Amino acid sequence: MTGPATIFDKKNRYIGQPSPRADASRLLQGRGRFVDDEILPRMVHAAFVRSPHAHAKILSINTCHAKSATGIVATYTGDELAENVTPYVGVLTHLAGLRSAPQHPLAVEVCRWQGEPVVMVIATSRALAEDACELVEVEYEVLPAAADNETALDVDAPVIHPEFGDNLCWEREVIAGDIDKAFSAPGVQIVEREFRFGRHTGVTLETRGTLCDYDPSEDQLTVYYSGQAPHMMQVIFSKHLGVPEENVRVISNDVGGSFGIKIHTYGDEIATAAAAKLLKRPVKFIADRLESFVTDIHARDHIVKGRMGVTKEGKIVGIDFDDLTGIGPFSMYPRTSAIECNQVLNLTGAPYVIENYRARGRVVFQNKTLMCQYRAVGHPIAMAIADGLLEDAARTIGMDPVEIRELNLMADDSYPRLSATGMKLDDLSHKQALCRLTKIMDYKSLREDQVSARKRGVYRGIGFVSMVEVTNPSPMFYGIGGAPIASQDGATVRLDAGGALHVSSSITEQGQGTNAILAQIAAGIFGVDLDRVKVTTGDTATTPYGGGTWASRGAGIGGEAMLLAAQALKAQVLDVAAVILQTQTEKLDIQYGCVTDLDGTERLQLADLARTVYYRGNELPNDLNPELIATRHYRVTDFPFVFTNGAMAAQVEVDIATGFVKVLHYWAVEDCGRVINPLLVDEQIRGGVVQGIGGALYEECHYSKDGQMLNATMADYMVPMASEMPDITISHIETPTKTSVLGAKGAGEAGTGGAPAAILNAVNDALSPLGASIWQMPMTPERILNAIDEGTDGQPKKQK
Amino acid sequence: MSRSVDIALQVNGEDVKATVQSRLNLVDFLRNELGLTGSHVGCEHGVCGACTIIVDGDTVRGCLMLAAQANGKEVMTIEGLADSGKSTALQAAFTKRNALQCGFCTPGMLASAIGYIDAGGDANREAIRQHISGNYCRCTGYQSIVDAICDVIEEART
Repeated sequence: MTGPATIFDKKNRYIGQPSPRADASRLLQGRGRFVDDEILPRMVHAAFVRSPHAHAKILSINTCHAKSATGIVATYTGDELAENVTPYVGVLTHLAGLRSAPQHPLAVEVCRWQGEPVVMVIATSRALAEDACELVEVEYEVLPAAADNETALDVDAPVIHPEFGDNLCWEREVIAGDIDKAFSAPGVQIVEREFRFGRHTGVTLETRGTLCDYDPSEDQLTVYYSGQAPHMMQVIFSKHLGVPEENVRVISNDVGGSFGIKIHTYGDEIATAAAAKLLKRPVKFIADRLESFVTDIHARDHIVKGRMGVTKEGKIVGIDFDDLTGIGPFSMYPRTSAIECNQVLNLTGAPYVIENYRARGRVVFQNKTLMCQYRAVGHPIAMAIADGLLEDAARTIGMDPVEIRELNLMADDSYPRLSATGMKLDDLSHKQALCRLTKIMDYKSLREDQVSARKRGVYRGIGFVSMVEVTNPSPMFYGIGGAPIASQDGATVRLDAGGALHVSSSITEQGQGTNAILAQIAAGIFGVDLDRVKVTTGDTATTPYGGGTWASRGAGIGGEAMLLAAQALKAQVLDVAAVILQTQTEKLDIQYGCVTDLDGTERLQLADLARTVYYRGNELPNDLNPELIATRHYRVTDFPFVFTNGAMAAQVEVDIATGFVKVLHYWAVEDCGRVINPLLVDEQIRGGVVQGIGGALYEECHYSKDGQMLNATMADYMVPMASEMPDITISHIETPTKTSVLGAKGAGEAGTGGAPAAILNAVNDALSPLGASIWQMPMTPERILNAIDEGTDGQPKKQK
Repeated sequence: MSRSVDIALQVNGEDVKATVQSRLNLVDFLRNELGLTGSHVGCEHGVCGACTIIVDGDTVRGCLMLAAQANGKEVMTIEGLADSGKSTALQAAFTKRNALQCGFCTPGMLASAIGYIDAGGDANREAIRQHISGNYCRCTGYQSIVDAICDVIEEART
């Protein structure tokens, strides 16, 4: 009746349709409800005195003058808050050897990065709180900083946590086959490069913020949270503030961009909750842009030495690399800062048949802002290493980059199978995706254009990436390691008296269209018009328990739970309808808000059924107990992750006089399984590509040698603007995952994961006639000019 | 303690009189004193464009203008644009094209788009991209926003 064979091709199915989002009109009229839009009675405002030094001992703090400032309510030092908040440590037990030190919301004794909160000031307005911050006196003894990840492990480097003896946070080695033997085989050509991936950050347009309210009469903490994982935060607030879990309510209304930034434990937010509890009144903290730049998690910051060996026919014989990444002074709680490096070790070369693999990853502490999971965790690094080396190898042996991929990509009919690193892969379509890509971009014409452009002295390049994306993680990602992060999600669907559906789900909305796809699935599977579905997400008090939206898991996991719940409700409703209509359940369907015969003949309006059940139960047999609400949960069981695949290409033009790169066009073929709403998926991919281009060409957190961030303003930190972005052509292949009925894999991170490699390859293709290449991101004009100056086989100069 | 200033202005067609701190910027006045939370604060130094509003017919940054400077002026925020119907066509086009995700940049983006359209801008993608380059969007990749603005201009001509 509602099996997979028929649910996707029924009349009002909605799944697969480009339906506009219902919540767009609210946001377009200025009726969004972001955290800073919330105002509560007796609300006061927090500002922070932050460390001006990357590493310093706190000698003394004097808040006397601040305490007499206009509008002042309270001040708190790290020591004072530490009496009310237990420290937290960002480790996971399944990442063997990972270590980090206890972290407090405000620095205690020592500051370990520039921007670390030191003193919290609460006043009746944010402006007055900032005024009072000016009156706080902190005396520091500046300590030598270990800012540079490359020297953080040197014997003479300042040790950030003396109890550890050095600055190593975690290391892991992955070995498959025999790389030395493979590389020394006759005829094998080795390419070797040093990649540098700069630090960048998410720059959510809405800065981080929180509004925390505490009611001592019920020991109730209510947190308005701009973030992705309400239930995770519920546990964290409970555990570290000593409020029972059930007395913590976390509400996430509109979230102004997140991208993995707003899913961590930030000291200033925990401090705000602690202050609300201490003051027994609402406290709001909204980060300003400077605070965001120096405290939001940063991302990437890898130095990778990589080698790939290929036969003269272009067959990859192996890959060997060493990744060194800096994560700031602590591993972020509770997801840790080792996951990105782990992903690089796991995912590099995953699209290709590779038998010999050796990789070492080292994660080091340093005196910079904390690094953690930003959109496409580890993927841009992994894809750039493998596909950068692959195209480098292709150039070396004189082979076309498409041809060398066709030779090495896993065959579409070879699944299920393992990658070189042991990842379980299934339902992928690398070769079909590459074939589609070369068609939609008209590869042959682009090569001809490239030749004619070069005759005019114009340097154009074409670059590719074949990629995988980790989505729909199982408990093997975080839960197994002891983190309070749900891998399953739940959905509830209720038939209301008016015949409409009310849906609630534990996945969350940050603009992806979570609420829209939940409505589409519920409406389509159950059988009502789309506008008769109302959706609630982002509230621990009213939604089922679950993980939220991250790791491209919303549609795949939360969507499947929604599908199962809608199927269950349909079965329940038809049981009732069959009794009312004196027929058998099997002979009935629900279409367009009406119980029908299988041929679509209308029998009973849902509103009539629901009103009979809710208002006139006397008309029903006494032994019929109708349930017009259903909840289902779903988790991925057979696989640690569900992988998607994609093939992407960029066409760029490099101005060799100025070093500027113009991205002329970008193409993405993505297989994210069943597409629930192509309008939304296309924009997810486009937005992701643009963030990937940002990392490849523009975005970088510049630091001085002593750990001062030098460009912590929107004017100095460059995010992609409309004028410099290309149009992006999207095409879909749909290979549904067999792990679910819905068949959806995630789509949110592919663009960010793939674009840097494609842009890198395109730039190097453009530079190849000059004998030059570049291996450092972002590829700024200065670095490109340096690469051109150095010429053939030159590694880029180390620069800052 | 900073000095206060008496101001009288029109906001979304309504007369407003207020005594404001001289250091208060216009967007904070609109958000915190008048409850017009549709204008968003992204960078507070005139780069991101999230607080873009219309003052006496010109698009301005609400974070770069003091409330005191708005004395005697006509201010239009996203709430006024929506209620007056001024942004109706753009709202429809943005919805159809999914030219917004989180919606934080959207009110400022609409104000800038209206500035472009009112100045007689045509459906030239490059020109539109240049015009909205003062409005950062971190979610969409901009293409759908350009599509939506083009749609409105083209539909107005037919």
